[in-house]
Formats: sequence, structure tokens, C-alpha cells
Amino acid sequence: MTSPITSPQTADTAVLGYPHRHLLGIEGLSAGEIGFLLDLSDGYAALNRSESKKTALMRGLTVINLFFETSTRTRTSFELAGKRLGADVINMSVSWSSIKKGETLIDTAMTLNAMHPDVLVVRHPDSGAVKLLSEKVNCAVINGGDGSHEHPTQALLDALTIRQRRGRLAGLVVAICGDILHSRVARSNIHLLTTMGATVRVVAPPTLLPAAIERLGVEVYFDMRKALEGCDIVMMLRLQTERMHGSYVPSIREYFRFYGLDREKLAMAKPDALIMHPGPMNRGVEIDSEVADDIDRSLIRAQVEMGVAVRMACLDVLTRDLRHANEAQGARRRGGAS
Amino acid sequence: MNSMSDSADKGKPGRAAYINARLLDPASGLDALGALLVENGRIADFGPRLFNDGVPAGTASIDCNGACLAPGLVDMRVQLREPGEEHKETIKSAGLAAARGGITAMVALPNTEPIVDDVAGVEFVARRAREAKLVKVYTYAAITRGLAGTEITEIGLLAEFGARGFTDGLKAVADAQVMRRALSYARAHDQLIVQHPEEPSLADGAMNEGVTATRLGFAGSPTTAETIMFERDFLLFELTGGRYHAAHVSTAAAIEAIRQAKVRGLQVTCDTAPQYFMLTEADVGDYRSFAKVSPPLRCEADRAAVAAAVADGTIDAVASDHSPHDQESKRQPFAVADPGMAGLETLLPLTLALVHKKQMSLLDAVARLSTRPAEILRLNAGRLAKGAPADLTIFDPEETWTIDPDAFLSKSKNSPFDNYPARGRARATVVDGRMIFGADTYGRAPASVA
Repeated sequence: MTSPITSPQTADTAVLGYPHRHLLGIEGLSAGEIGFLLDLSDGYAALNRSESKKTALMRGLTVINLFFETSTRTRTSFELAGKRLGADVINMSVSWSSIKKGETLIDTAMTLNAMHPDVLVVRHPDSGAVKLLSEKVNCAVINGGDGSHEHPTQALLDALTIRQRRGRLAGLVVAICGDILHSRVARSNIHLLTTMGATVRVVAPPTLLPAAIERLGVEVYFDMRKALEGCDIVMMLRLQTERMHGSYVPSIREYFRFYGLDREKLAMAKPDALIMHPGPMNRGVEIDSEVADDIDRSLIRAQVEMGVAVRMACLDVLTRDLRHANEAQGARRRGGAS
Repeated sequence: MNSMSDSADKGKPGRAAYINARLLDPASGLDALGALLVENGRIADFGPRLFNDGVPAGTASIDCNGACLAPGLVDMRVQLREPGEEHKETIKSAGLAAARGGITAMVALPNTEPIVDDVAGVEFVARRAREAKLVKVYTYAAITRGLAGTEITEIGLLAEFGARGFTDGLKAVADAQVMRRALSYARAHDQLIVQHPEEPSLADGAMNEGVTATRLGFAGSPTTAETIMFERDFLLFELTGGRYHAAHVSTAAAIEAIRQAKVRGLQVTCDTAPQYFMLTEADVGDYRSFAKVSPPLRCEADRAAVAAAVADGTIDAVASDHSPHDQESKRQPFAVADPGMAGLETLLPLTLALVHKKQMSLLDAVARLSTRPAEILRLNAGRLAKGAPADLTIFDPEETWTIDPDAFLSKSKNSPFDNYPARGRARATVVDGRMIFGADTYGRAPASVA
């Protein structure tokens, strides 16, 4: 027999729960809902460090990782999360360019829906595509990143990592640095951190800042040194190679000179400020190796670890109703047989 | 790095008193007879009553004989042709011409060979200027790599190495997205973007569109080419903020656009060159390629509007737009001849023409030639102030002379003002307390300009 089918949780927030069918974004979630997911994730983080990492919570349930964009770490993280919960996990990588020529996104959704998955984890290069897909299927959908819109599990794992090190989110000063314009990680983190009462600063060259970003409740900086002054957390973003040469940013060396995180700029932050990066890092572009590998300051590996825990928590909450219904059904069946 | 031209003199300038001078300082409104004391390359003191009781011993005394003493002229748009086309001009020959024209600082366009779009180019100009030891030479760097209009240059690094602003020279940044990004990006580094305001797809004619072009058989460039670029850039600027400057305004419609932009509160500036308030398309005459400039000479109504806008300050600055060309570049059929005129040695007298026509005061003229361009470029220049570098121009606003391009110190002699009866002329030019031109008149050795 496997261990008892219960999920780890703390009593005080459990009552709040997560009353949504999907996890499509952080925007619109309440502080209570976010806190609930983080509390649940804390339990899974502990479980993942124990000897018996595996539960049978999702036994018999199917998770499909549907990735229209290449990804290694997010897909692996979801896969591991599903397997540790005992689910059957299937990975589907679809080249979006081939999709464009033939089958529409909705056709793909209908096809998958006919296979009766219980959770779809979807990553897509177009903003809003995951929401569109969620409207066409019967199962729960987790947004694994859509275009430049949201990447909710990344924001949750970042928050969990911060909370484990600092004990709280409220009152912290977090600087998010780099390509804010194209970053779904930045948007999800802005929504989450401002909802939880942290002060969020964004810093980038103006060419990499979206219009009216200050309306999302953040402070805007062009000067990284000023932005880091008194910060608790420095969150770096990846700069895509195709944006490094003359269109948004003139060159790698200029970008690193003004926006790369090195010891000198980090010295402006609080002495115990922590460094985060969603990965994969471009060393020497947005972050100096010396800083990235500083075990006292860098949370980059902790982020990866927390990623699995957060995704387990998300899979758990989104299948709860389903599991309860299945249990009830099973109980009725057993009751009828006896 | 403030000045690229480190002109500290080896023989100490010491103390020099300029007496009997008409002191002109637009910043403070000073226009009075008085004296000015230079000490160790800086303005130590000045005023109407200074040295009323005589110049103390140990101080060289220079009698200006009532000539004007103004902050040195700042020419914000010149082409130096070095590196790459040294047969047309060099930093040295342009420096000599500038000194004789009363100019103490000039800013070079990046359209050399190679193009100044990297740090090495900026350093090269600085080094050559140091060696020439004449006027202060600054350079703009390109906005886009290779002036190709697509990829922005390393604006932050170039600024740190001394680039004084950014422009694609004779080319407009035509792509609206590139211009928007350039303005945005430059804003983070607080850098000036200078536009050549002509929509290139419209401005492909040899001269101004109109009856003269039609009669001469040319496709013309309409004034609309300028207006469209101004209006577009102002709209982009409203999105981005930053620092925007439009070069050589030539049309009444563009001036109206600037006027409205300034009323709306946009912090935009512009300049023009003397040919745009002195000449019209009629001066092209019989295919005179020396009168081919970019943007082209316009009609009389445009000329009058430019003159009025210089007078009332809507046009902030007057620059020479010095474009030296050799004979071969100009001795061509009009349509293929290179545009531009040599302007360093005629900037002051041609601008003073507006004073003589009673369109503006002498102080206004000095403001357009020195104070405003220095402010736009954020140079420590353009005003008479204690402690400021002693960059000074001494000029006689009344001297009459005939412009003779063959006598230019510039290597290139291309000027449509050949034989023009000028009124007003620089007598001496002082940079960091050193008299680099005018020693003959004022008996101060050593002088670098014969």
C-alpha cells in the first residue's frame, strides 16, 4: 500500500483554499489564495526532502504537458511533480510553426480533450493562447507560460523561495531587472509581489520597458544602481539573444556594463540581499558568474527545488474536487457491492 | 570627460586683462563697455567698472578698442572629414578656419570614414583635437550602426567616452520604430538625439520643389518632407521623452510645427544655418552647385520665416553646417554634386546680417551662436561667468569686408557667398585663455593662426 492519500497543509489557511478551476495567471488571485498555495507548497518542499518523496494522491489521473515552445526545466519540473503525486504524465512537444500551417490551436485542444486528461499543463508562445485553450477543454489547465503574459508557477516558486529565506513577502523591496518588456516572469512576479505587500521596482533600459508599466503598481528605474539601493531581493531576467544586437539593446557589452548584475552594482543593495534568476542564465550578459555562483547570496538553485514543490501543490489543488468526486463514487460503488 | 580638446597651454597664459571691450553676455543680459580678466585659462572677473583705475602691474593688457567681447561661439554642426577624407578638411584645418571665424567650440558629425559609431572613433577625434590644440572639438556619435538606420549604437558607452550627442548626420532616422527606440534608449543615459529632419522617401530631389526646379528640369524635394519628419518626431517624443534636437530647419511649416510643440510644452530644440535665412532657391541660378545644400534652399516665404524664427528664438541656435567639399565633388552636374557649403568662416558675419537688418539685437545673435547651443549641448561655455573657461570671441560688428572663399583657411572653398559684402568680423578668438587667433591685431604671442 502507498501512504495515506492526504496532502500536506497547514490548518489556518486551509479553509481559504483555491476556488478556481484553472491556474492561468497570478493577476486576480487574492493574497489569501496565494498564501494558501504557498503554505501547501511548503509541505511539498518538506516532502521532497524526505526519503519517501512519492505519494499516490493523483493515482489514476493523467497530466499532459503540452508545450508549444521548447522548455527543459519547466517541463521536467511539472513532469517530476506529477510523477511524485502518482499521476500518469505524458509530454507533448509541438512545434508551433507546423501547427500554424495546419491544425488550429482549438483543433489540438479538442483532440487532446477526447483523450480525457485530468490536467493540461500548457506553454505557448502567444499571449492568451492558454486561456483560449482552457475554454475548450473539460479538464483543469495550468499555464506553463504564455507569450509575454504570465508564468504563474514561476512567480509562486519565486515567492516560496523568498518566503523560506526571509520568512515573509510583505514589506520587502524587490528589484526586477532586465527585459521586462518581453517577460511573462516579470508580469507574474509583479502581480504576486504587489498583492502580497512587497515593494516592486523594475529596472531596464527604456527600450525594454513596456508602456505604462508603472500602472501595475511598480516603481520604474533606468539606473540599476539607484534601483538596487536598499533592495532585499534582486531578481534578474534572461535577455534573449535575438534582442541583444541593436534593436532593443545596442550590444552585449553595453548591456552588461549598465544592466548586468556584478559585485559593484550588487553592493548598492542591502548587505544580505539575495539574488534570483528564472534560468537559464546568460553569464556575462545579465549576470556575472561570480555573483550567480555566490552560495550565500544566490537563490538560483533553491528556485529550481521550490519549482517542483509549487507545481505539486498546484496539481494537488486543481484535482481536489475531482479526487473527492472519485472517492465518493468509489465509496458508493463499494457500498453498493457490499 | 568634459572637454575633448585639452588645450592647457604649456607656456602659462597667466593673467591678461581685456580692456575697453563691449561685454556681451546673453545669459545675464549684460551689454556694456567694460573689462574682463583672464587668469589661468578662466574668467577671473569682468564688469563695466573693472580696471577703471588701470590694469595692475604684471597683468598683460589687451585693448579691444570698443570691439565686442562675447562668450566664444559654439558651432553645433560641422563636418570635419577626418578621418577618411583629409584632402577635403582635417581637424587641424577646420580648427584654423573655426578660430578665424570666432568659434571656440565645434561639434563634428559622425559621417566620416570610418563612421564614428564606436568608442574608438570618439577617442580618435579627441586625440586629434588635442594634437591640433586649436578650438575645442567635440563629436556626435552615430545613432545607428554604420548610419544604416536599423541598429542603435552603444549610446551609453559612447557617451561615457565623450560623445556629445547622437545623430545620423546627413541622414534622417527614417524608421519610426528605430527612432522611438533611439529616443527611449538615449533617455536612460540623458543623451541628446539630433535629427536631420527630412523624410527620405520624399526628399530625393536635387533642390526645392517649385517653379525653379520645374524650370531647371529637376525633381524637387517638397517642404512637406521636412514637416512630416518634424511632426512625426514630435509625436514620438511625446511617447518617449528625452532630449531631441532638429538640425537646420529650412521651412515655414516646420517652424510652425516647432512653435506649436513648444507651446505644448515639449522640450525640443532646433537650429538652422545662415544660408536658410540668407538665400533662396533663386540663388541656385544657373545650376550653381555651390548653392546645393541639404535640405535645399527654399522659397522667399520660407527664408523670411526662418529669419523671423531666429530673431524671436523659436529657432534656438545658428550653426554653420560646415560641409567642406573639394572641387571634384562640386564640379558636377547639379543633381549629382555633393550638397553643402563651407561655413566656419562666415557663420558670424552672416548671422550678424540679421542684426544689421534690425531683426534682432547683438545679444540675441550671441545667444543663438553661443549661449543656446552650449545649453543644448550642456557644455561649460556660452556665458561670461567668473570661474568659467575663458573661451572668448572678440569681434567688430561693423567691419565691412568681402567674402573671398579662396582666402578661407578651410581646405575647401565651396561657398555660395563668394564676393558677398559682409559686415562684422571676428578679431580674436581665445580658448582657455589662449589667443589662438588675432595675435596680429592684439600683439599677443604665440598665436596659432597667422
